[in-house]
Amino acid sequence: MTDRVEQGTAREPAAAWEPVFQGETLARLKALFEKYPTKRACLLPALWMVQEARGWIPEQAIGEVAEVLELTPAYVKGVVTFYTMYHTHPVGRHFIQVCTTSPCGLCGAEDTLRAILRETGCGELGTTSPDGRFTVVEVECLGACGFPTPILVDDADFIESVTPANAAGILARYP
Amino acid sequence: MGYPHPSHPKETVVLSQYFGDAGARSYEGWTRRGGYEGLRKALGMAPDAIVEEVKASGLRGRGGAGFPTGLKWSFMPKGDGKPHYLVCNADESEPGTFKDREIMRWTPHALIEGCAIGAFAIGAEVCYIYIRGEFTEPWNVMTAAVAEAYANGALGTNVFGSGKRIEVILHRGAGAYICGEETALMNSIEGRRGNPRIKPPFPAVAGLFALPTTINNVETLAAVPQIMVRGSAWYKGLCLGNPKSTGTKLISVCGHVQRPGNYEITMGTPMKELIYDMCGGMLPGRTLKAVIPGGSSVPIMTAEEAESCVTDYEGVVAAGSMLGSGGMIVMDDTTDMVYQIWRLAKFYAHESCAQCTQCREGTSWTTRILGRILEGQGTQEDLDLLLDLSHNMTGTTICVLSDSCATPIVSGIRKFRGEFEAYLSGARAPVLAGV
Repeated sequence: MTDRVEQGTAREPAAAWEPVFQGETLARLKALFEKYPTKRACLLPALWMVQEARGWIPEQAIGEVAEVLELTPAYVKGVVTFYTMYHTHPVGRHFIQVCTTSPCGLCGAEDTLRAILRETGCGELGTTSPDGRFTVVEVECLGACGFPTPILVDDADFIESVTPANAAGILARYP
Repeated sequence: MGYPHPSHPKETVVLSQYFGDAGARSYEGWTRRGGYEGLRKALGMAPDAIVEEVKASGLRGRGGAGFPTGLKWSFMPKGDGKPHYLVCNADESEPGTFKDREIMRWTPHALIEGCAIGAFAIGAEVCYIYIRGEFTEPWNVMTAAVAEAYANGALGTNVFGSGKRIEVILHRGAGAYICGEETALMNSIEGRRGNPRIKPPFPAVAGLFALPTTINNVETLAAVPQIMVRGSAWYKGLCLGNPKSTGTKLISVCGHVQRPGNYEITMGTPMKELIYDMCGGMLPGRTLKAVIPGGSSVPIMTAEEAESCVTDYEGVVAAGSMLGSGGMIVMDDTTDMVYQIWRLAKFYAHESCAQCTQCREGTSWTTRILGRILEGQGTQEDLDLLLDLSHNMTGTTICVLSDSCATPIVSGIRKFRGEFEAYLSGARAPVLAGV
């Protein structure tokens, strides 16, 4: 539920596209076919596999997913753009979502967000720091309102009770 | 136990007994604590008898609507020969609510067991648990627990030797508040955009993959094994006077209290005890100003309303709001209500799926009008305009996201009008910079 990062001009390098769905990844996807009555239902899991492998969802991967699930690329793109956790362009090495919705906002989330923007060198929301290390976005309610301010790093590490005082120490864990 | 604080003596600890106890996460640890007895018992019962037992307990949906669970289960067709589905809604994303997260993190097998019993009761062999994409730790804990449940025969093609097949499949969301709405959630599992569907048909007739489906919240399903083991009479007895609201409820308390966290109360507990005794009241020198008792979508209560409120489904309605999901946002006297209402409207504007005009336009118009009031650019007519827009946003759309945006605006203007007037008259300095 993050705000979408502004669309950059980044393009995949001209190098040949290395398919995501081959070998072990393809086997993992095919194992999912057993769990759902339609291939379409494997779309969200398939997109997660792409993002895990590449860090974002490139155009070529949309085509690949469409082919393997027997959908059209336009349909897949429509779904990708509905869900805010899928990145439609490259992001920094570490992607940080900071909750600023009302419950956290009442407890100082906006100060925490400012501290994180400063410490990461991102300066403003949605941009990647000049060293390529961080991208920081606001997220709507992370569902941990009793532990303000929660942040989610790299779609993996859920960290509670981040404050302007401890933000730098937490960020230092992400080189 | 309790998490993040030890349980308070005024709590009634049923679902939260093992919060904070990492030993309860494993299959072995869970069975040592009495786990899976409920499922074993249920497998020896007729599915109808399970439904009747849950009906008799008075259990109602803990996700927000408070619909009687046994009655919902009884809507599933019988002998139709079609596959049925149970879906567990673990998309917990209502601002203020963080209880399902703790159930999944600390007692994953309580949820798996509840899913298995529910699936058996409604004639489903497959249960999907839809976990929001941001819940990475609950996802990991649940993944490990599901694997263990299969390895120990609590799930699979022959559950505990009963000959019954019950599968539990975890499905990860990808960031969309609206997917907590049950029909949007089904679309999301099907690999579609999370747009809510028009009802009817209701899920029990044509739900997931157009087949009969029941959707229950995490907390609802986690309570079911307890009802199986201890009986419906015990559960119904957990009630402080109003027989329509029974059992315990996890209340997630956040905002300006001394000890935010999850508190498990018997239905009917005075809200005053919850805020001042269990949560330790306000910070030193502060006083209570307002409470949003059931997640951000319910009407805002004044301090007086909250302090005289009985915390159960009917009690909160009588006090002018709704129990909802039990996500309680507490605000003290330092809170700028206009700013907070603007921030809530901004949330809904961001999360609207944009299918319905009243919601797509209404959520963003109201956000902008509230924003200009905060910029010192508002006019007296803006309050009427906000109320007019809110009226058009209520009861006119496919789902209730639009209504949820209107609710804090209407209740906020009605109860805290003076704060809006202060911005309009210039008595209060603008807090947002003009854009």
